[in-house]
Amino acid sequence: MSPALKHFDGVPREMIALRVSREIPDGSYVNLGIGIPTLISDWIAGRDIILQSEIGMLKTGPLADGESVDQDCINASCQPVCYLPGSSFFDIVESFGMIRGGRMDAVVMGALQVNAHGDYAGWANPARGLEVGNIGGSMDLCAGAKKLFLAMEHVTNSGGHKIVDELTYPVTALGKVNMIFTDLAVIEVTPQGLLLKEVAPGLSAGDVQSVTGPRLIVSPDLKMMEF
Amino acid sequence: MIFIEGKMNKLVSDLDVAIADIPEGAVIAIPGFFAAGVPRALLGALIKKGIRNLTLACGCGPLVGASDELRGLVANKQIKKVIDSYGLFRSASKGMKDPFEQAVRTGEIELEVCPMGTLAEKYRAGAAGIPAFYTPTGVGSVVEQQIVSNIAANRTPKETRMFDGKKYILEYALIPDFAFVHALVGDTEGNLKFNMTARNFNPVMAAAARCTIAEVENLVDPGILQPNDIQTPGIYVKRVVQVPRAKFAITID
Repeated sequence: MSPALKHFDGVPREMIALRVSREIPDGSYVNLGIGIPTLISDWIAGRDIILQSEIGMLKTGPLADGESVDQDCINASCQPVCYLPGSSFFDIVESFGMIRGGRMDAVVMGALQVNAHGDYAGWANPARGLEVGNIGGSMDLCAGAKKLFLAMEHVTNSGGHKIVDELTYPVTALGKVNMIFTDLAVIEVTPQGLLLKEVAPGLSAGDVQSVTGPRLIVSPDLKMMEF
Repeated sequence: MIFIEGKMNKLVSDLDVAIADIPEGAVIAIPGFFAAGVPRALLGALIKKGIRNLTLACGCGPLVGASDELRGLVANKQIKKVIDSYGLFRSASKGMKDPFEQAVRTGEIELEVCPMGTLAEKYRAGAAGIPAFYTPTGVGSVVEQQIVSNIAANRTPKETRMFDGKKYILEYALIPDFAFVHALVGDTEGNLKFNMTARNFNPVMAAAARCTIAEVENLVDPGILQPNDIQTPGIYVKRVVQVPRAKFAITID
């Protein structure tokens, strides 16, 4: 870890979510995973983007509170939500049919590990000591997504790498990740390797490399993360 | 309410009667996506009945959502196996204290984990007379290699096949002995309508099981539910029982 990083807290989770939202064009159908991805919904409210919840809802509305809570209307993170003009409900077969069938323009997931090939691990942490874990809809979403983005902390709580040379956690999907958004950087997965496109304000490419396993290709027009 | 006598009247008097013939060792499908659309009243009756050695075939964490019912089933030692895509608490520290996860750790209960869309399709295939199907979901993960289970002996290897240069996994249909479903409205002929996101796995499990038992919040005569509004046709439903609309915590914590 570089000296600059020792005194840098990283971009807040909400701002990672904002940065991801800028990468999603209007006219997109999008599915957001649990964790930082869920926060993206706050930033795309009012935009021409439709959220799919794999529980069986299109055009998922904002979180419901007070009088507007109905226990039969929740999102895939089990939070009560509102429905909007143009929203639709459907059953789980229809929901995963549209997911696997390639209708999701963008899917944003959290991750435990990702490598330079765009392979990622997110469904089971071996530290839990179980041979099983929660796969949920993650593998189906990866199989069908037109674009797969990861939104995650750059390092573990103890400072370990999450962007690694080799995955040591159970794989969710191989070669599917297109872009990685962290509290320190924006990285694109390219056939040549990981392309560092943006760094958090105050950091250098070297700072980001110091907490990243694979060698980063620094973009000739490296930018500061824009919000 | 007009009670029409006849074979097509599927109304039963109460929950105990509705599940009276379920034997030990049955495979029961439990719909619900976390807290939404879980047949809690039927699960309550199952706890009261006390039969053991059950396999609960789920979709996405109905027993995480209905955690009181799960605790009752575990305390009674009624569960042999759970099939689910999201069967554990999200928080590892909470999971360590959870009796279900403890039983999974010791191997007392088997937990088989399957991607959610694959599970949905396993029930759909079961419902539609298709014995198996190929899916891209899980290729490159352990799901491609074998059945994912905490019990090593049950990690059966899987087959794959290439179509147009892409790899797919062979997955098998799942036909449960029984399904418990929860509907907003049902008529005495077993026609059902679900509510918003509480629909989820209910229709496909109703269609897949050999014997489907529906708990309905609102019981009506045939004709009240309009033909255009029926989401599960009565052909799939053997028994209908009326239950009060329960208020429950919307949480997976």
